[in-house]
Amino acid sequence: MQFIKADTRIDFLGKRKFGFAFSLILILAGLVSLIANKGPNYGIDFAGGTLIQIKFTQEVAISDIRDGLDHMGIKDASVQNFGQKTDYEYLIRTARAEEMADKLAKSISTGIQTTTGQTPDIRRVEMVGPQVGKDLKNKALLAIFYSLLFITIYISGRFEQKWTIAGITAGALMTAVYFLSVFNLSMPFLITGAMVVTLALFWSLRLQYAIGAIVALIHDVFITVGIFSLLDLDFSLQIIAALLTIIGYSLNDTIIVFDRIRENTKGETDNAALSDLFNKSINETLSRTILTSLTTLVVLLCLFFLGGEIIHNFAFAMIIGVGIGTYSSIFVASPMVLAAHGKE
Amino acid sequence: MKLFTLKRLVISGIVIAAVVCLLPTFLNTWPHKKISLGLDLQGGMHLVLQVQNEKAVEAEIERTVQELKKELRGQDIKHLGIARTQDNQIIVKLADPDTKAAFENILSKTFSNLMVPSVTTGTDSVDFQLNLSKDEAANIRKMATEQALETIRNRIDEFGVSEPDIRIQGDKRILLQLPGIKDPDRAKGLIGKTAQLTFQLVNDDADVASALNGNPPVGSEVLYQEREDAATGQTTKVPFLVKKQILLDGSLLTNARVEFDQFQQPLVGIEFSRKGARIFDRVTAKNVNNRLAIILDNTVYSAPNIQERIAGGKARITGQFSLNEAKDLAIALRAGALPAPVKIIEERTVGPTLGADSVRTGLMSMLVGGALVIAFMVLYYKGAGIIADIALVVNIILIGGGLAAFGATLTLPGIAGIILTIGMAVDANVIIFERIREELRMGKSPLAAVNAGYERATLTIMDANVTTLIAAVVLFQFGTGPIKGFAVTLGLGIVASMFTALILSKSIYDLILQNKRSSTLSI
Repeated sequence: MQFIKADTRIDFLGKRKFGFAFSLILILAGLVSLIANKGPNYGIDFAGGTLIQIKFTQEVAISDIRDGLDHMGIKDASVQNFGQKTDYEYLIRTARAEEMADKLAKSISTGIQTTTGQTPDIRRVEMVGPQVGKDLKNKALLAIFYSLLFITIYISGRFEQKWTIAGITAGALMTAVYFLSVFNLSMPFLITGAMVVTLALFWSLRLQYAIGAIVALIHDVFITVGIFSLLDLDFSLQIIAALLTIIGYSLNDTIIVFDRIRENTKGETDNAALSDLFNKSINETLSRTILTSLTTLVVLLCLFFLGGEIIHNFAFAMIIGVGIGTYSSIFVASPMVLAAHGKE
Repeated sequence: MKLFTLKRLVISGIVIAAVVCLLPTFLNTWPHKKISLGLDLQGGMHLVLQVQNEKAVEAEIERTVQELKKELRGQDIKHLGIARTQDNQIIVKLADPDTKAAFENILSKTFSNLMVPSVTTGTDSVDFQLNLSKDEAANIRKMATEQALETIRNRIDEFGVSEPDIRIQGDKRILLQLPGIKDPDRAKGLIGKTAQLTFQLVNDDADVASALNGNPPVGSEVLYQEREDAATGQTTKVPFLVKKQILLDGSLLTNARVEFDQFQQPLVGIEFSRKGARIFDRVTAKNVNNRLAIILDNTVYSAPNIQERIAGGKARITGQFSLNEAKDLAIALRAGALPAPVKIIEERTVGPTLGADSVRTGLMSMLVGGALVIAFMVLYYKGAGIIADIALVVNIILIGGGLAAFGATLTLPGIAGIILTIGMAVDANVIIFERIREELRMGKSPLAAVNAGYERATLTIMDANVTTLIAAVVLFQFGTGPIKGFAVTLGLGIVASMFTALILSKSIYDLILQNKRSSTLSI
């Protein structure tokens, strides 16, 4: 069997304007949503608060649960269905944290029992104090930063065969971040700063492949975060794990296309010919790109539909990431490399 | 060519080792090391406590103030007050400047741990400002955290939790992982209880009401007793005016256990050490017909009237205890008081039913996903697909064996990591197979195509996997609990998939092609 015929010749680079437009729309939509919501919709892992998952044996009105919580003095709580309606499962969230910790389960269940007449099974309690939330946020951002740093070093070194330059890049990046942190900038600014420094360095050092890869990475992560913001989904530790995996995965795709481009363009400097060779390389690896994304998407869809509510958002983030990652390795990474070539 | 080459023996050895490591998880066999499930799969509680260890420094300063007072009284040096300030300084006001030298002598002899940042000499008084050195204060804080950890560990051990994991995190946090906790509230109550037991006299000379209005007599304070109405469940707070002087505290206990009164109401009987018994004897003898308040963590439990001198060093703490409350209090008193109060700053509790559900749904999606991918590979690549499927199954066995062998914990995101690996593991095979197909199209023989395919794909596969491995390593370093589990399975999966794709499936091809001289290849 074969999905992609061996003589497939799609002019991907010729369609790169559509690609750029599509990416731009997604990025702008995400950006607008992020600005409107003042940043991602942080879940309790990062914002702090309490989350309680309860299950009944039969249907219970959400308003009754809320009344019960009101009686206990928890007035800011939100209550919503969790999972299938027939599971009679509900999620209670409140911004309050540490003061709730004591005798929490007992008071919640008696409080809810008085108004609903049923004793809930308390399936899960997550309470994150404000300080812990702040710590986790910094940790998560650091994790993203370090994985970008190491990957940057790896691609500029391994890919361009320039380990010295890779070392210099890493050093420059660390120094830049050190100076930025002296000014006590908050983490998001720090990371943006680090990105800008990286890109500027790659540009001036003419590491075309590295630029293509990094731009594609930022593109994928940003669009995933943007879609989460657009759909008002919680940003949790699990999502950070998903983002880091997406970074790894997207690069995986990109590297395979790049490997072929490098193989095919050896010694070629003519720009018009280059464009053809890029197209040829993308087409040659297209079958593999599609197949791998397909098998990965199949298992992720299984996880999404069968894996249960807790892993739902993680699976969703991965599905978006894998989709966007596949798209970007063709429509973003390669055209970027070509553009960087054109500069010379 | 031989059937058993060294390479094949090593490969078989690795796979067999993984199977042996994996078996105990399903059967009760040697080596008896199961894959341990994370709290999110088996149910349990994850807690992070913050030791308010600056309170331990305050307590040390307070103790020093008392000792200074005693020492000055003993040496007949008059003072206008010795007090602790908000920022943990001690201010000593000497009434007579002539006693300055004598006081300095005391400081250097008995209180050498105190620093003297400033001395102000006035005409009719001398002010000494004293404090603990930074190192000393840091040491007290560190000791407080370590001691809190030990105390909590003892309490948990007595409470009976199988395989608890308790460790210090940073300079004042304690991380607890308690699998299989059935009553989280009770466990939290036991862990978080400071269990500071004191015996103080009730001040019956002054009026509680006027003290409540804001002017308690010097040396006394208002503390409350909580009474729960058995019928309505409402708690009321009853104020007591007690003297601040602590006559005896819980550090002199040797034993505490649950006993019952004549109404079968549980209470906690305590026994003092010989020194404690002597003090208790003296205190009760001196205060017959006064009330002695038994105070736990600033709450009055009872305040019985002392009817006669009590020798023998035994006392009872009564209150409206349930049996479990009495048991937990006895455990806490036996394990000793926490050196400083603790606060729960993070809690993640998963009930056993949810854990079981997660295992079920996780395995379900893994099986379905795996079956779909296996079926797809056979459909798409035919014979080669079967080789990829063998590689895939071995891959999962290797991950499982690796988890068991390294004693790693399987979490729900960890299962997600395995599922993801199923999708990505075939990637290496896809890269190779596509390459082989290309080589075949160029007219190479099956053997040459396979060799060229593997050779040219190897570097690409390495490159592509290293990046995901970097992400996994970073995640492992920064992640906590469940996320770490994801990093572990993802990392194991990547390493295993490189092994199965580049070594195992190549070796299977070699085996097939060495006996077959046909010109076609099922791919």
